Amino acid sequence: MAKTKSKKSELTKEKMLHMHRLMLDIRNFDNKVNRLVKKGKIPGMTHFSVGEEAANVGAIGAIRKGFDMITSNHRGHGQSIALEIDLNGMMAEIMGKATGTCKGKGGSMHIADLDGGNLGANGIVGGGMGMAIGAALTQKMKKTGKIILCCFGDGAVNEGTFHETLNMASIWKLPVIFYSINNMYGISTPIKSVINIDYNYQRASAYGVPGHFIEDGNDLLAVYNKFEEVVQYVRDGNGPVLVEAITYRWLGHSTSDPGKYRTKEEVDEWKKKDPIERFKGYLIENKIATASEIEAIEKASEDAVEESVKFALSSPEPTLESAFEDIFAD
Amino acid sequence: MENNTKLMSVRDAIIMAMSEEMRRDENVFLMGEDVGIFGGDFGTSVGMLEEFGKERVRDTPISENAISGAAIGAAMTGMRPIVDVTFMDFIVYMMDNIVNQAAKTRYMYGGKGQIPVVFRAAAGGGVGSAAQHSQSLEAWFTHIPGLKVIAPGTPADVKGLLKAAVRDNNPVIFLEYKAQYNMKGEVPLDPEFVLPIGKADIKKEGKDVTVITYGRMLERVIQAANEVEEAEGVSVEVVDLRTLAPLDKEAVLESVKKTGKVLLVNDAHKTGGFIGEVAAMIAESDAFDYLDGRILRLAGEDVPIPYNQTLETAMIPSVARIKKYILKLVNNR
Repeated sequence: MAKTKSKKSELTKEKMLHMHRLMLDIRNFDNKVNRLVKKGKIPGMTHFSVGEEAANVGAIGAIRKGFDMITSNHRGHGQSIALEIDLNGMMAEIMGKATGTCKGKGGSMHIADLDGGNLGANGIVGGGMGMAIGAALTQKMKKTGKIILCCFGDGAVNEGTFHETLNMASIWKLPVIFYSINNMYGISTPIKSVINIDYNYQRASAYGVPGHFIEDGNDLLAVYNKFEEVVQYVRDGNGPVLVEAITYRWLGHSTSDPGKYRTKEEVDEWKKKDPIERFKGYLIENKIATASEIEAIEKASEDAVEESVKFALSSPEPTLESAFEDIFAD
Repeated sequence: MENNTKLMSVRDAIIMAMSEEMRRDENVFLMGEDVGIFGGDFGTSVGMLEEFGKERVRDTPISENAISGAAIGAAMTGMRPIVDVTFMDFIVYMMDNIVNQAAKTRYMYGGKGQIPVVFRAAAGGGVGSAAQHSQSLEAWFTHIPGLKVIAPGTPADVKGLLKAAVRDNNPVIFLEYKAQYNMKGEVPLDPEFVLPIGKADIKKEGKDVTVITYGRMLERVIQAANEVEEAEGVSVEVVDLRTLAPLDKEAVLESVKKTGKVLLVNDAHKTGGFIGEVAAMIAESDAFDYLDGRILRLAGEDVPIPYNQTLETAMIPSVARIKKYILKLVNNR
């Protein structure tokens, strides 16, 4: 088991346990959805964040909840949960129910929580980047002090919108963090085969913005500490940054992934770098929490996910009429 | 309510509409290539930088994807951006943001959030700008639920509908015609002159034949209607759609039922053009039973717009051809 390299954190115990809980929620929620897909209880396409919990929680844990905003991508479960979305509504949405976050009309790829600051997941790779710089432009024009965290995968850096939005954010000094969560594959395509540099963050220099690298994106505190630094930089009005964290998705790209492009050995190797087990070890070794305290958190997380399944299963289907509603605002 | 009008160009009506809305609401701002010191590639923001400053008359890099995306993100978070797309052909670079993001976001989010943004696009030919700078692409957008599409044909309608578009809480594609920026007409000076989106306008009443059109072709249709009436004694009703989405079906069907003959005219390519949709709507409706002739379409030819002036002119419906088609209908030929 790889250990966390971070020095002892100055975070409060409460904050650390809260982040641990959010990582557990992501893991339990997605493993549950995966099982429900196999049982035929989920009608549509889903993408999982299992293995990428620290990269999500460490980053989102460093912004101000209820104040700052995020844009998310198709693999957005981890981001939505890290921003503390209501699990019941999210599970119901993935089951396509009327009580879902989006009344069953968006599904896994369009989970949003506008009141909570989540401007939404996106089914188009790179699709959230324009939205993110626009939201950042509003904050700059209205001088709100809020920042935008724009989350995307490794593959999105090869979309044209990456180039255009980074440049525009840079020349206008917009308060936005571009965050590439690099899980090393675009479906089956290794990122190294589609870029001719070592890492995506190196592209930052082309836009005159700082590039930051989190080599171990499965180390929660490494992610959090880096984000604490860049959040302050962006909030201070210095313009955008590009951050990249290396992580790995344990499950397939989606539920229809045959997994032929990587070996079992490779996946197993990454499972040894489990972000949750590592942070649990850190909490116990540094005597931040006792084993029984952590067990209680694990139990609470499992219960919350079970509760969300109950809520979703017992929720009504949307009415047919609702398919014709919500197209236009008044 | 001020009842005064002033003779002004489409260009000046656009500047007036945007400036009034920007004075009225501090969340409204203009962004696009060359909107600032240059005053817009078609002169449609001359003087606005001086009044509103560079934050609200915002020059952008040549980055249509980022411009459209930023406009949508700003709109989602409380602003009301107006995007100067310049040539409508460049909107192709904005398609993901308009079609996949702006049009669908509210729906996908179960009715949460709104995207009040206007994309002003200079459509059509007539200025020798060849195939990549002369297209009228409205049918691509009328096809997509979640978008409103407006194509006015007089300076007064441009003012009233552009103001309505800015006040609307949804994404709007607003067509302007580059050959008509200098076209003049009486425009109400009242800053509260706002026309309803989704309402057609009977520009000329008649009883023998209905001609349905919008945008750039309106001027030619009215001229053709007047000439045919004078020379041949044919009474032509001109229905100006003004808004394509939502479409004022009622006004269309009422006029068709009244005259029993219908010609549809637009400058866009014939195949898959918007008037084809209107023709199908008529054919499916009870107005079909009132027809005593074929439904005719007169549209731009199905060729890329050629550069040569004689060739270009021949590809777009002319007053002479509109007259010919009206007479064809009236004489059941």
